[in-house]
This record gives sequence, C-alpha cells and structure tokens, in this order.
Amino acid sequence: MRILKSTMSWLDDRTGLITSMGSIMRHPVPPGSAWFYVFGSATLLAFLVQVATGIALAFMYVPSSGEAYQSLQFISNDTTIGRVVRGMHNWGASAMIALVFIHMVQVYLFAAYKYPREMNWLTGVVLLACTVVMGFTGQVVRWDQTAVWSIIVAAEQVGRVPLIGTSLAHFVIGGETIGGATLSRMFAYHVFIIPGLIFIFIGFHLYLVLRDGISEPPEIGKPVDPKTYRDTYEEMLKQKGVPFWPDAAWRDVVFGCSVIVAILLLAIIVGPPELGKPPDPSNLDALPVPDWYFVFYFALFALMPPELESYLMVGGPLVLGILLISLPFISNRGERSPLRRPWAFAVVVFAIMAISALWAIGISSPWSPHFDAKPLTAEVIGVTSGHIYEGGQLFNDKGCLYCHAISGHGGQRGPDLTDVGSRLSSNELTWRIMNGGLNMPAFGGILTSDELSKLVAFLHSRRKP
Amino acid sequence: MKENTKTGECNRREFLAKLSIALSGIAGALVAIPVIGSIIAPLFQKRQEVWRSVGAVESFEIGATVQVSFIDASPLLWAGITAKSAAWLRRVGEEEFIAFSVNCAHLGCPVRWIAGAKLFMCPCHGGVYYEDGSVASGPPPRGLYQYPVRANNGQVEILASPIPITTT
Ligand code: FES
Repeated sequence: MRILKSTMSWLDDRTGLITSMGSIMRHPVPPGSAWFYVFGSATLLAFLVQVATGIALAFMYVPSSGEAYQSLQFISNDTTIGRVVRGMHNWGASAMIALVFIHMVQVYLFAAYKYPREMNWLTGVVLLACTVVMGFTGQVVRWDQTAVWSIIVAAEQVGRVPLIGTSLAHFVIGGETIGGATLSRMFAYHVFIIPGLIFIFIGFHLYLVLRDGISEPPEIGKPVDPKTYRDTYEEMLKQKGVPFWPDAAWRDVVFGCSVIVAILLLAIIVGPPELGKPPDPSNLDALPVPDWYFVFYFALFALMPPELESYLMVGGPLVLGILLISLPFISNRGERSPLRRPWAFAVVVFAIMAISALWAIGISSPWSPHFDAKPLTAEVIGVTSGHIYEGGQLFNDKGCLYCHAISGHGGQRGPDLTDVGSRLSSNELTWRIMNGGLNMPAFGGILTSDELSKLVAFLHSRRKP
Repeated sequence: MKENTKTGECNRREFLAKLSIALSGIAGALVAIPVIGSIIAPLFQKRQEVWRSVGAVESFEIGATVQVSFIDASPLLWAGITAKSAAWLRRVGEEEFIAFSVNCAHLGCPVRWIAGAKLFMCPCHGGVYYEDGSVASGPPPRGLYQYPVRANNGQVEILASPIPITTT
C-alpha cells in the first residue's frame, strides 16, 4: 500500500497527470442535470466499444476484395468468440447511431447549442456525419452481395452531382468497376480516416465541454444573453455547482454500463447479421437492402418524383447539412426551454414522424416487385381447366403476380386484384392491360390477343363474394 | 541608431517567422502530395475497355435474352469474384446481338429479365423496362444502358467497360 502510494505521488510529481485528471473529473457542473445528460457520454462509450471490437475484428479480417468474404465466414461460423465480437461491433454500431441521434435531439430541444456553445454543436454535426459514414462503410466492409450493390447505389447517387458526378462515382468505387481496389479503399475509410476524424473531433468536443461547461438545464424566463451569460454561469457554478465526479458522473456510469450490457446481450442472443451471398457482381439474384438506419433513406429514393430526383439526391443532404451548420448562428440567444420554443418541438416531432413513416414503408417496400411470390394455385384460381384457368396461369407467367396480389398472393406495387371483376368491365380491363399507365407497363406488345382474352377472362372472374 | 537595430531585429524576427511557416508549409505539401495523389489515383486511370468473349455465337438462341458474365477490363490480381460483371445478352439475328447493362439506370441495382413478361425489373425501387430497354415504369430517368457487342470468329464478344453512371 505504501509502495503504491509513493509510486503514485512520484508519478504525479513528475507528470502532474493525477492532479490534473482529478481536477478535471471534479470540475463543478450545474446541479439538477438529471438523466437527460447521459446520452453524450453513452455515445462516446459506444464509440469506444466500436474501437475495441473493431481492433479485435481486424485481427481476423482480411481486407481483400477476393478474400474478405471467406474471412467473414470464418469469423462468423468457425469461431465462437469471433461471432460475439462481430455481434458486438454490429449492435455497438446500432447503439452509436441511435445514441448520437438522441443526443442531438436532446441538445436541440434544450437549445444547448446557443451562446457560447456554438462550436460544440458544430463539432457535433461533424461527428454525426462521421458516424453516418462509419455506418455505411461498416455495412460495406461486411463484404457480401448487399455490400457490392450498396457501393454501386452510393456511387450512382454521387454520380448525380453536376459536372464531377462521374469522377466522384469512380472515386467511391475505386475505379470504373467493382474490383480489387474497392474494398481496400472502404477499409481505409472505415478503419483509419473516419475513426481518426472522430478521435480528433471528440477531443475538440470534450475540450469545449470542459472549457464552457455543460449547459445548465433550461429554465423558462432565463433567456441566453451573450453579454451576461458567461458571468452568470460562472456565478451559478460558484454558488450551486456540484463536482462532476461523482455527483453527476454516476448517472453516466449507470447508463453507460446498461448500454454495454445491452450490446453484449444482443451480440450473444441475436448475434451479428447473417452474411449474405458472396460479393459476386455477376450474381443478379440480389435484393440489396441497407441496414436499418438507412432504410428510411432508401425508401425516399423510391418515393421521390423522378423529375426532381437528381436535385433531391444532391440537394437534400446539402440543405440538411447547411441547416444543421447554420442553426447555432440563426438562433444563438433567447429562451432555451423547449416549452417556450414550440417550433423546436414541432421540428422534432415532424422529423421523427417522417422518418418513422419512411421506415415503415421502407421495410415493406411495396414498390419492389415480389420475385419470390408463390404462383396462384388452382384453388385460388377456382377452376382447373379452361379459359379462366389458363388466364390464371398467364397471370403467374407474365409477371402480373410480382406487382399485383390476388387473394393474398403476390406483390403490392399495383392495386390488389382480388375482386377487380367487380370494379372493371372486360373492356376496361383490356384497355388497362394494353396501355398500362400510372406505373404499369403497357402489355400491348407483350401479350398475344389470345393470351390477352384469357387473362381478361380470368381477371373478370375475380369478384366480390 | 538604437531604433534602427530594433527595426532590424524586428525584420529579422519577422523573416524567421515567415521562413518557418513557409518551410512547414512546403514540408507538409511534400508529404501531402504523394498521399493525396494515391488516394485520388482512381480518378486518373485511363478508361479501360477490352473485348471479352462470352460464348460461341451458336450457343445463343435467336430472340432469347440470357445472362452472361465476363471478367472486367483490367482486374487486379486479388479481385477474386469481384472481377466479374454481367450483362443481359439477346441474339437478334444471325450475327446480331444486343447487350444490356444489368445496372438499373436509376441507382444501379441489378435488373432481372422476366422472360414471361418480356420486361426487365429492378428489385430496389420498382423500376421496369421494356424488352428494348426503354423505361416502362418506376423511377429510372432513362432506359437501360447497352454494352457494345459483336460477333467475332464465331464468338460473341462484349466490350467490358465501366459501370454506367447516370449523371444529371
Ligand atoms: S435502382 Fe432500379 S429502380 Fe432504383
């Protein structure tokens, strides 16, 4: 014990680290910060979990376009611990994305971005962007079929940037086609460049938190006035401040521990996402769907009006970025309480509703043809031979089924045709099939007149009971 | 005289400061140029195109549309299966072929040929194309791209070229 003590005091004398760490940990913070303030530290913790599990994965993963898939199979199937680590890395990513978003919403609702913490918000915006890029590149270094198509989709998006689009797309792909360079580059972004930026900006972010102090919980009737804010804040800390450690920090520790336990449990019980098929760009039997945090964005692409699409694809993220960056400059003073800023509340509610709606629709993806729809059986068709039966078979064979459902079989892109016979006459049916319209291809040049009449006979027999 | 010395010192100090800043800048640039150069190298690659055989002419039925795969124009040795690309090939005459890109003109997802319906369908956002590659429905802003294709010495050859990128 004595030896430990004297070693510590020697170390502190020669480095000063213990004293300065102590004073940092015990710096005064405003009282009453409650549980609202735990999300920032939890995001940091999730990031540290990512760093640790990421390093562990790097011990087993081969960042080569030709071999990464096999190494992932090895990690996921042939080692117990590898599977858990991959699971933690996956659920840690989900946690980090969710927490960084909650942290941002909390800061926004409490208007903690106002004077003098504008730079804290801006560094936070950079960290948010980095987290999103980590999410994307992380999904991509899980080098399976979906990864390959995700890169192409990303390249096509940046391809819409005027003038330099094609160059940007080739920059993303690492050449003109998917190949040996693609994964190496994604790996370098995911493992060196973006984490490096995150480290730098977290350092900056934390330095600012220490320099300006965490914002006190907002109170109605106490607006921020840049002229007096710092003095009032200092005064308040002197009078009512409590040491960060342990008065406030214990909540961070409790919440942080729960986050880690949750990540570990999910990793063990649910495990990492299944590896898809091998990353073979010539295997077209693919249905690329992004990880959950990008599903809402994916849905947006299906719903954007095609004429505006290029503008939205490029302009959307740009406008969002500009809005986030300009927020603390547009309003850096005045009331902070969310009760006095109803529009801030409205913005959050609207954003959450819009994202949830896009999510819900993105998960069911009604716009995608159901290639694996089960063909209509004779039972559904109702007869086993004749015109109507053959029409039912044509419904299966001509792709109608991929987009239209009948009695619960088939896709959702077009209207449900279970009782179309009660809605449309034979002539109307014929006309629609021939000419298409409203997102339906014209089948005039595809069907023979014999096929057409059988199909119409079949559809006309679909009536309300 | 004293004044002069002072200005002289000041000038000397200013000069040294400027010199140090300039040298640091140069040193930084000396490191940055090769580093950044290697990162953006893909932008300066020459366009790669090579004719790749995808099978004998007779092995394709006239009128049928089938998937063929071929190796990219200049694959890296460690590319493995990622060096492969695919196309939808249709024989339209004795020696005449059409080769459609498999990349949807919307955002590049792999379109499938639905033989019964004579349509190409995209799994991502519901883009559909007619037999000739023109848009039938959904978000694609233009028809399917085509690869140059030829019959050469009894072999069908496709010009392996870059992934088509739809631009504004
Ligand atoms: S990529 Fe084909 S419809 Fe969007």
